[in-house]
Amino acid sequence: MPVSATAPVRGAGEFFAFSLDILRSLFKRPFQGAEFVQQAWFIASVTILPTALVSIPFGAVLALQIGNLTKQIGAQSFTGAVAVLGIVREASPIVTALLIAGAGGSAICADLGSRKIRDEIDAMEVLGVSPLQRLVVPRVLATMLVAFFLNGLVSVVGVCGGYFFNVILQGGTPGAYLASFTALAQLPDLYVGQLKAVIFGMIAALVASYKGLNAGGGPKGVGDAVNQSVVISFMLLFLTNFIITAIYFQVVPQKGG
Amino acid sequence: MGVEIQVEHLTKRFGRQTIWEDVSLTLPAGEISVMLGPSGTGKSVFLKTLIGLLKPETGSITIGGRDITKVKERELYEIRKLFGVLFQDGALFGSQNLYDNIAFPLREHTKKSEGEIKRIVLEKMEMTGLAGAEKKLPGEISGGMRKRAGLARALVLDPEILLFDEPDSGLDPVRTAYLNQLIVDLNAEIKATFLIVTHDIATARTVPDNIGLLYRRHLAMFGPREMLLSSNEPVVRQFLNGQRQGPIGMAEEKDAGELAAEAAGGGTLGTLPPIPQQLPTSDGSPRATQRPPGSWLREHGVVPPPGSFPGLEVDLPQAQDGVPTGWTGDSPPRPMAASSGGGAFAGRNGQRDEDRRIEPLRDEVRPVRPRVPAKPPWRQAGDDSLATALLERRGTDDRGRWTDTDTDPHPDPDTADGSDAAETAPPVRGRRRAARR
Repeated sequence: MPVSATAPVRGAGEFFAFSLDILRSLFKRPFQGAEFVQQAWFIASVTILPTALVSIPFGAVLALQIGNLTKQIGAQSFTGAVAVLGIVREASPIVTALLIAGAGGSAICADLGSRKIRDEIDAMEVLGVSPLQRLVVPRVLATMLVAFFLNGLVSVVGVCGGYFFNVILQGGTPGAYLASFTALAQLPDLYVGQLKAVIFGMIAALVASYKGLNAGGGPKGVGDAVNQSVVISFMLLFLTNFIITAIYFQVVPQKGG
Repeated sequence: MGVEIQVEHLTKRFGRQTIWEDVSLTLPAGEISVMLGPSGTGKSVFLKTLIGLLKPETGSITIGGRDITKVKERELYEIRKLFGVLFQDGALFGSQNLYDNIAFPLREHTKKSEGEIKRIVLEKMEMTGLAGAEKKLPGEISGGMRKRAGLARALVLDPEILLFDEPDSGLDPVRTAYLNQLIVDLNAEIKATFLIVTHDIATARTVPDNIGLLYRRHLAMFGPREMLLSSNEPVVRQFLNGQRQGPIGMAEEKDAGELAAEAAGGGTLGTLPPIPQQLPTSDGSPRATQRPPGSWLREHGVVPPPGSFPGLEVDLPQAQDGVPTGWTGDSPPRPMAASSGGGAFAGRNGQRDEDRRIEPLRDEVRPVRPRVPAKPPWRQAGDDSLATALLERRGTDDRGRWTDTDTDPHPDPDTADGSDAAETAPPVRGRRRAARR
């Protein structure tokens, strides 16, 4: 099959049209409450444990990297400030993004893809029910909700991990670690981190649903769709992360700046 | 009552590949039609286009006065409520048990109470032989059960149009026979328009009122069953008789060399096999849209292959010198147009509707007990006087349907058939109904 030059553009256009359809379906009644709760629970259950396990070493690595340096220049009391800044601002949205796209998104894509190749999606349309409203909207909303809380989880667990390494293993002072929290970081950092997580959740769920609903060609097609959805959402999430961070630094004045 | 589907000049392409083009046909309201075709000729694509899941490149599909290739998406969802579709593997929702699957359309589209939903769901499950399997998940049951559950789900909204995507694929011959019987009985009961997509010749020869054949990216022929079964058109003839001799090869079509070699080898098409009788409903009463055997042949003066309608006493055109056996035209004379919906039997059937329930399918084997079969008189061999008298007194309308309504052609089998029918009559599928009475 010849690959046309317009194929990527068309793909992007179709994805955009799909996202607009979802936005429109968002306000259609009845809202699928049961499906929403079920999906939120499902996505949380596949992401919570890996997220926690990833964020502990993340906080620890940060503490290790800067612990020795700060000790040498006599700024050990600022270890906490750096840990909080790194984790809340960057690490936690990125970890959330990876987990939401890698664990949640792939699960959504595989689920919808296997339904698609079993004709379930077609059957639903024939029964007069829109799969977008019935299946995709609850999944997108559920992923956004879970991403929001996941970001909070990563922040807390990461800071705790940093505290543990700094205080217990490197002999830092608990008071200094806690007291320096607000030296560099500020509350808007947390807000924007949460906002990022919600947007990441939305993008990951949209990409996964789009790829899943367009799966074709039997079981192999589902595997391909999952693969593509993870790769595409990773790229989109890192790009979005960069854009939001750039805007944030322009809009919100930074401490010490 | 079913709804007529008019398809005109329909063309479907995927990229540069043409699936089929310029397909025009009319699925008559309330009748059973079969769409046949070799593997990979886009039968399933045709079915999905009819429901609006795929958009055709050109042409129109008119259902109830609305062209579904042009309507808005919201309206399309409304029109789709007329449809019941049985997908190839049932297409059940894997996360829900059978009960929830079958209740799904009711919960989505009606305001019925749970009690009422339960009554309807259990009735349809009983009808399709699934009683007791309510709590099973689709992954836990066999392919045949999944198909029947898919059928039950397609039935709960009382569709006007029922589409079957290969109902017989992956089923053993016995289950296929049961499913075909169920299809015929369902058609008699709900009077919807049926379209079956299949490549099973046995189904195509016995079940439908009309047959269509897709071949080489176009509709080779569509028309009444007797027309295609007596047709001498090479493609139709080869496919409906499952022969190797003919234009259809292993890979789509044969090339000129192969055909020449076949002709040189003295390969002839042989004689047309006899036309079998149409599968009757299990209580033997004709469906509202069923045409009496031989009516199309008589109307068009076509001589059927010898031995057609075995066991039936049917007045058929006789072979004479100069009159070839079989239909030689290559395009349908369009007898299906302007359907008024077969209401010929509606009045008489009205009183029977309450006791006419569909015999459930069962998985377990039943003991075989010889019983007196219940049959309409025209199906009995050796009963010349009554059968021929009835057939002669019964006129046909322009579409070949019976118009006679003053004579009940189905006297109560207990009184009219008598005991001697048991010895002379060939076994029919309807005996289980008689057994219950």
